[in-house]
Amino acid sequence: MKGFIGYERPDGKVGARNYVAILPSIACANGVVAAIARQVPEAVPLYHGHGCGRGAARDLELHFRSLAGLGMNPNVGAVLVVGLGCEVIKGPILAAVIAETGKPVESFEIQSEGGSRRAAEKGAVLARGLLEKIRGIERSEVSLDRLVLGLKCGGSDSLSGVTANPAVGEVTDRVVAAGGTAIMTESTEMIGTSHILERRACDAEVACRVHDMVETADKLTQDIMGPLASLVIAPGNMEGGMSSIQEKSLGCIAKAGTTPIMQVVDYAEAPSEKGLVLMDGPGYDVESMTGLAAGGVQVMLFTTGRGNPIGYPVVPVIKVASNTRLFESMEDDMDIDAQAALERGGLAGAGNEIEELMLRVLNGEPSKAEANLQDGIVCPYTTSPSF
Amino acid sequence: MRPDVIVINEADNVAVAMRDLPAGAEFALPGGASLVAVVEIPLGHKVALRGLAAGEDIIKYGECIGVAAERIQPGDWIHTHNIKPA
Repeated sequence: MKGFIGYERPDGKVGARNYVAILPSIACANGVVAAIARQVPEAVPLYHGHGCGRGAARDLELHFRSLAGLGMNPNVGAVLVVGLGCEVIKGPILAAVIAETGKPVESFEIQSEGGSRRAAEKGAVLARGLLEKIRGIERSEVSLDRLVLGLKCGGSDSLSGVTANPAVGEVTDRVVAAGGTAIMTESTEMIGTSHILERRACDAEVACRVHDMVETADKLTQDIMGPLASLVIAPGNMEGGMSSIQEKSLGCIAKAGTTPIMQVVDYAEAPSEKGLVLMDGPGYDVESMTGLAAGGVQVMLFTTGRGNPIGYPVVPVIKVASNTRLFESMEDDMDIDAQAALERGGLAGAGNEIEELMLRVLNGEPSKAEANLQDGIVCPYTTSPSF
Repeated sequence: MRPDVIVINEADNVAVAMRDLPAGAEFALPGGASLVAVVEIPLGHKVALRGLAAGEDIIKYGECIGVAAERIQPGDWIHTHNIKPA
């Protein structure tokens, strides 16, 4: 496999993009972030609805790690953190953690700046300064062992597990063979395959973590859905041809290819191992994408059978359509037709096409979601209500 | 050439219909052989690649996805009516 051309970061990571991110530490700062973004359209605002309002330690951990992880993502060259002053997730603390990567980070708090207008003016100046700082960063050729690939499925249909996911699995295997990392998340989509994934774990400890992760997801699904939990293989799935939860989940995990599972990480946690990694987290698209982005992925392969235009603010998302009918009906949003690619060249040929597309996108070619400004939304996973 | 079915893993004893296969229709398998659909098999649904005994594992993705609830003929539709949990 070849390599890609990326931006080398001070912490040794490589980015496929070179964004200045404007990150609110709290939802109340979104307005100032938007005002800055209007004045500095090259910067990327990372709007979200969190940062306070919840007391559960687990959620504070999840949300802090998500926001910090986004700032630390190697596609982000510099960060401006906009805080309010009284929120639980403090802007300066978030900024300090992100700054440990060595990338330029600025931060201020609205309450200290005399309100939204003055804060926006200050922010615009800081954002322009950050853009200047990173504008000249050279790109260099790196090998694929520096790649961290995010794997997603959303709006799956009966063919997702037959065409798109196996084809993506081909690419995952190749990335891992080249020394890179691939992260699969969505623990609920693994229900019914725990024994298979445990068998693939690189050691007993990882196998145990896989088991616990999937068992927890299974219990949570039953807690939430009650007696309807069996509808995790929903009527729509059955009409499409799914006959069992094992079959449905095997279709989902096909995008993870065939290599051993090297690590299980928590939601939004960056892997410390290379190879295939599982990340705990929900199947909900915007939350799972946030987990992957915070975990440091430079690009996402997103398979879909029903069609979803969504992208992500700081990570290029490549849409792999499971069927030709979708590819043609939503051609503005679909990057590749897996059904047609399989017809042209079998699994290896489809793998080649997706791999080549992925490399072009890493090297700067916009995915359809990027070209369409389908930015998506930062939405971290949450376990408890607000108060 | 659009294939009639896809076989995902060489260990599989089922294929997935890539178009609606009418009852009695002959369809091509990868590798050149062919089978006849015993009943109508909708797009995305499974068709048996060979005869299966009651209780035999149904293999897709190289893994067991359930067992045959009754004897299944080659070319037969496999779904919730004749597959049960392993």
